[in-house]
Amino acid sequence: MKYSYFPGCSLKGLGRAYEESLLRVMRHLGAELEELEDWNCCGATAYMSVDETQAGVLAARNLALAERAGSHDLLTPCSACYLVLNKTQHNLADFPDVRERIHRALQSAQLAYTGRTRVRHPLDILVHDVGLDVIKEKVVRPLTGLKVAPYYGCQVVRPYSTFDDAWNPTTMDRLLATLGAEVVHFPLKTKCCGGSLTGTVPEAGLRMCYILLKEAVRRGADVIAVICPLCQFNLDAYHDQIDRRWGPTRIATVYFTQLMGLAFGFSPRELGLHRNFIPMKEVTAKAANA
Amino acid sequence: MGMEIKRTIKYEADRVRGFAQEIMSVSGCEQLKSCIQCGTCSGTCPLSIYMDFSPRQVMALVRADFKNEVLRSKTVWLCASCYACTVECPRQIRITDIMYALKQRAIREGVYPKRFPIPILAKEFSKMVRSKGRITETLLVMRLFLRANWRAVFRSWRLGLGLIRTGRFVARHERIERREELARMLDAAANGNGAISAPGRRS
Repeated sequence: MKYSYFPGCSLKGLGRAYEESLLRVMRHLGAELEELEDWNCCGATAYMSVDETQAGVLAARNLALAERAGSHDLLTPCSACYLVLNKTQHNLADFPDVRERIHRALQSAQLAYTGRTRVRHPLDILVHDVGLDVIKEKVVRPLTGLKVAPYYGCQVVRPYSTFDDAWNPTTMDRLLATLGAEVVHFPLKTKCCGGSLTGTVPEAGLRMCYILLKEAVRRGADVIAVICPLCQFNLDAYHDQIDRRWGPTRIATVYFTQLMGLAFGFSPRELGLHRNFIPMKEVTAKAANA
Repeated sequence: MGMEIKRTIKYEADRVRGFAQEIMSVSGCEQLKSCIQCGTCSGTCPLSIYMDFSPRQVMALVRADFKNEVLRSKTVWLCASCYACTVECPRQIRITDIMYALKQRAIREGVYPKRFPIPILAKEFSKMVRSKGRITETLLVMRLFLRANWRAVFRSWRLGLGLIRTGRFVARHERIERREELARMLDAAANGNGAISAPGRRS
């Protein structure tokens, strides 16, 4: 199994623990990832707020580079990147005027894109290409007794997901159960975390995070598992401000790939768990005792 | 002393004829014409409680040509692009994309709410992508604070220290190799688009 890998800016910055754990886990499962040469920012929600065509060009350059590298599947772990790259695929297919403008821009750099690249999330690849049975075989330290709230956030499941439901996705639930964890019923699993509003309009953004954290605690979860670097940052880094406003809601938020790595026997440090604001002591202790 | 009263609905004279048509001609926004004003968008939106106009009202205002009201509203900027409304709309209206079309228009015409940090973040973000090809989040946030609210730097010192402690603070710009190639492509996209082009010319 070989994939082109599009990390996105966050996995080189605030979300580097996602990259650290993802690369280890994928290698351990025999999947080969090759980082896309000279990839650029996908544009995220911010660039699309300024100029739609240019945002499409940013995404299309990456799609074209992947196609030129000869790889059909582009593994895209960040939710914002996943959405923007998929959205651009749809826009290229659906709107001739958009297609024409983007192709002209690609041509100015001697690039071309015929539409062969498939944008895929690691959850999709792990469950559908690798397979839960293979993952189960690699579990040496099952996460028995660990209660996990599976939180998907918004942009992987809406509106362009090809592999799971928009409101009640279950891919991560099944993956976590395979690791031996107890998956907590978490109806807010696709409610938005507020995105960048935590920094720009904290009154609104932080309350959205508080609602998610409080609900996970109320459901008896030990830890929240996420699939997006912005969700992880929002739910992990603002506890002091959230506690001050609404009272304590102390629960750790980790990447699903970190939980996989723990079950596969990697150390917390190898998986970037030392990068959390809310420490993982309880989580790693439970995993070690199991 | 008489009680001060204010008309809460708009006057016919406040309309900017042709605005609805312009927005509906943006690719992906065509379906707006079939809005039935059911309010599912407002009901499903996690941020509508903070908005000056609900998403349903924005759909009605756009369709009735009330350009100034929507472009100056906080609503379009509070949309966090979670696509809940788009997925739920019974008329398949891409409400999130309409919000984007309105954001782009507000930026292009410089009429977004002043000192509101969200459009400032969008502009700083796009400038950094255009010059470096990638985003360095910590540097972006510092720029935003300097532009929008320098007091936030002091409020967030704990967060900054935490990022340094956990090795997540990146102080050196991430950048791509072929920055000229990217700039050429973005300029090519801007031509004939009436939109923002090379850095410096418009911001």
